Amino acid sequence: MTSTLPPPPAPVDPDRPAPFSGTPVLGEPGQIDAEGVCAWFGGRLVLESVDLVMAKSKVTALIGPSGCGKSTFLRILNRMHEVVPGAQLAGTVKLDGTDIYGPGQRAMETRRHIGMVFQKPNPFPAMTIAENVLAGLRFSRVSPASKDDLIEESLTKGGLWNEVKDRLGELGGALSGGQQQRLCIARSLAVKPRVLLMDEPCSALDPTSTLRIEQTIKEIADEVTVVIVTHNMQQAQRVSDQCAFFLAEENQPGRVIESGRTEKIFGEPTDQRTFDYVNGQFG
Amino acid sequence: MTTQTAPEGVLVTTTSASTQTPPAPRPPETGRGPDSGSGSGSGDSSGVAGPPTPPRPRRLPSPIRPSAFGAEDVFLLVASAVSALCLVWIVFYQLTSLSGGLGFLVAWYLTFLALTWLGTAQMIERQVATDRVVGVVVVSAALLVIGIVLFIVVWVAAKAIPTIHWGALFTKDQKSFQVADPHALDHVGILHAIIGTFEQVGLAVLMGVPFAIATAIYLNEVKGFGSRTVRTVVTAMSGTPSVVAGIFIYSMLILTHVLSYSGFAASLALVVILLPSVTRVVEEVLRVVPSGLREASQALGAPEWRTVWSVVLPTARSGVVTAVLLGIARIVGETAPLLFTAFGSQVLNLSPFTHDQGALPLVIWSDVRQAQPVLIDLAFQAAFVLMCLVLILFVLARLFSRPRGRKGGWRRGDNRPAEDDLFARFIVPVPIQERTDP
Repeated sequence: MTSTLPPPPAPVDPDRPAPFSGTPVLGEPGQIDAEGVCAWFGGRLVLESVDLVMAKSKVTALIGPSGCGKSTFLRILNRMHEVVPGAQLAGTVKLDGTDIYGPGQRAMETRRHIGMVFQKPNPFPAMTIAENVLAGLRFSRVSPASKDDLIEESLTKGGLWNEVKDRLGELGGALSGGQQQRLCIARSLAVKPRVLLMDEPCSALDPTSTLRIEQTIKEIADEVTVVIVTHNMQQAQRVSDQCAFFLAEENQPGRVIESGRTEKIFGEPTDQRTFDYVNGQFG
Repeated sequence: MTTQTAPEGVLVTTTSASTQTPPAPRPPETGRGPDSGSGSGSGDSSGVAGPPTPPRPRRLPSPIRPSAFGAEDVFLLVASAVSALCLVWIVFYQLTSLSGGLGFLVAWYLTFLALTWLGTAQMIERQVATDRVVGVVVVSAALLVIGIVLFIVVWVAAKAIPTIHWGALFTKDQKSFQVADPHALDHVGILHAIIGTFEQVGLAVLMGVPFAIATAIYLNEVKGFGSRTVRTVVTAMSGTPSVVAGIFIYSMLILTHVLSYSGFAASLALVVILLPSVTRVVEEVLRVVPSGLREASQALGAPEWRTVWSVVLPTARSGVVTAVLLGIARIVGETAPLLFTAFGSQVLNLSPFTHDQGALPLVIWSDVRQAQPVLIDLAFQAAFVLMCLVLILFVLARLFSRPRGRKGGWRRGDNRPAEDDLFARFIVPVPIQERTDP
């Protein structure tokens, strides 16, 4: 499936300068450059010097066994890491050339550009489906030109519109698990982020819902850069253009072992550990 | 949900096969009970599976609930109770010279437990016997509590209701009371106390609840500097004897002539009691709001106050309302803090800010000790009114703490059956839908 896509970006080079440094535009897909990212929890190093470029309009999958720092890395990308008590980090993360941890950058603003979908579906239970979709705009005090259009557009992108168009006034908790997760995706897309981070979005869902969400991911990839953490290697193969393999060896912090085009990571990995992992030898 | 929206008849067939012996294709109207949210579409599509023959009613076996507790077990319990009664009677009054009703009851109960255990162990086995005895203890403890509460309620109601003059009770104060007037209840009431209680409690709620919710948010959402200390202080405060709250206001504000005896001073004392109790409950309620919701809100770019205001508090809405209502129920009957703040008055005083003011607990406290039978009756009537107030508050609290109907809303855990379902399953016989053959 990746063969029809344009050529993937060059392998990661930490010294490469930021490729784009224009003014950030809301709604345009963005590129994230992570350089030398390290993370600590309570003084313990869990992630060591990760350099990764998540190219514009591409789906990047972060794979690797549990506890290797994939989710931590993902949360660093939209400043959700610093919410955890005792969490620290180092390194730079650039969104289209702007360091999101730079002076004067506010976490809230960053999160508006870089949305996130979590492992467990978490629609706001006290809000209706429509209110859920509009929640992000309400939080940032932006009123859209037409609420109805935005609701329809976001839910269509989230692949949920046909199922819920007659029950927008129902509470978000009334949906099934898979629908809730798609509602969460629609909610994240409604604020028109430039990057969408997904932290194992299908791990709590059945295969049918998973398939539906994977379709959604492919459909939105034109408009938003997607970074997805997954334990499911078939899923990584199905949805992603490029892949990064994380591994934390015994008593070591997590590192990126290998990254590059998905076909290459799965087809001809250069590192023996990557080969073992993607072929189910461990993990 | 997902199986329902699928149009294939195969899926639908399997669902009906689980409840019936022959795996026949499902007829159109057999919806899947109350949870068929989008059932209209599936009903049409499953009709395609079979030819449209007229449905024929079909007999179902009567539903059963397998129970481990049968007639034999009831007999065993009754037999144990009777034999324990006889045994204890013989030992208590014939063999020894013990006396006293309470001691007899306790001895009877313990003997009953012992005999139940022995009997069950003989007839069934020891594990079951222990299980049964624990069950009996738990049930009897619950019955005892319910019995005591019912006794208090019924006793107060029985003392109060026959003497109530409904015309006067809610419209008159005690101004025109004259000693040794047997018909005083015609023109004496507790309006002054009802007004006083409403004003004092209302002011206390207005002042206390915002602080309590803010404190709970500080403890659970902000988790700011010294929140552990604050929590300890709040816990200690909730253990403060209520009379101390009264003395505090009395010595700080009334003795220093900042305030005179007034309903407002009383409400300040009530705030001291209301604040910790509401804070603790609201904090608990906020704690069970899933942290994923906060993260989701933050990930959408919401500032912290927005997260609390638009996500956390609405999610915990019913719990917060319950906490406030329970807090009101807690302070509405407080007597000690009012003694030297509101001070109590026999006449109606509409203003809570000037002069002493009556209150329901104060009427009970002062009138029940009088030598006038009429005043004692009045005290019981006030107690009855107070009880009804608390009862109303608790009923309201129950109504608000209910999940928001079938449409969903937030449920703790994923598939916790709604309270209504449990109720329906155990109290109301479940209506069984007519199943039909094609």
